[in-house]
Amino acid sequence: MAERPEDLNLPNAVITRIIKEALPDGVNISKEARSAISRAASVFVLYATSCANNFAMKGKRKTLNASDVLSAMEEMEFQRFVAPLKEALEAYRREQRGKKEASEQKKKDKDRKTDSEEQDKSREEDNDEEEERLEEEEPNEEEEVDN
Amino acid sequence: MADMVVGRDKCGEQRLVSLPLSRIRVIMKSSPGVSSINQEALVLTAKATELFVQYLATYSYRHGSGKEKKALTYHDLSNTAEESETFQFLADILPKKILASKYLKMLKEKKEEEEEEEERNNDEESDEAES
Repeated sequence: MAERPEDLNLPNAVITRIIKEALPDGVNISKEARSAISRAASVFVLYATSCANNFAMKGKRKTLNASDVLSAMEEMEFQRFVAPLKEALEAYRREQRGKKEASEQKKKDKDRKTDSEEQDKSREEDNDEEEERLEEEEPNEEEEVDN
Repeated sequence: MADMVVGRDKCGEQRLVSLPLSRIRVIMKSSPGVSSINQEALVLTAKATELFVQYLATYSYRHGSGKEKKALTYHDLSNTAEESETFQFLADILPKKILASKYLKMLKEKKEEEEEEEERNNDEESDEAES
């Protein structure tokens, strides 16, 4: 490990919320316990990543993919996570498809509006910009879709 | 890079993942030998971490002594790390705690044992030497 686990922390507020939602109402969680779980979560990420990386290397790939992570869960004996993870993956893929379609539709609408008036060059630039945004900034993309 | 994966509270949509992807990514990248991580792998790791937090918390609560007091304590967690095979990998970062006085006592007892052992060995050697 390049960094000590303590330096790679996850936000306390989010961790606390996840714990509270998992435990019965009215259960008190000591500060020490919260901090310990947070550290454990960071270690879990490292362990999972290392494990997933082994699977990627076995497949002679340099990029970790979804199946590597799923294989890692089984290897680490967190078999119980596999089904919910697969569901999450499906939901994520659906959303990505939906966003892509919505974005393409917007492009079509925009093209129709600026048909004869604008130069071809500026239209190409707009498209390039939008494609870049598709890849990098999901929240911004969503703003466009909502509007 | 998107921090939260899809869905916004404004629209009433449920977030797929609550943990910030950028942070998860930083941790993942610190693992030696990792070159690149595809977006799906990142999302799944974040989601898995959430499931893990839930599992660790509920398991420790159920098996811990804090249950009667309706509390989850560090002690419950270190118990889990020690006793459950699944959570063994956490043993080093969730060590059991003992009072300093107890630890010093243990060290003293260990030292006395070792000294006795040495004496016994010396006796045996001198016995052998005679015969």
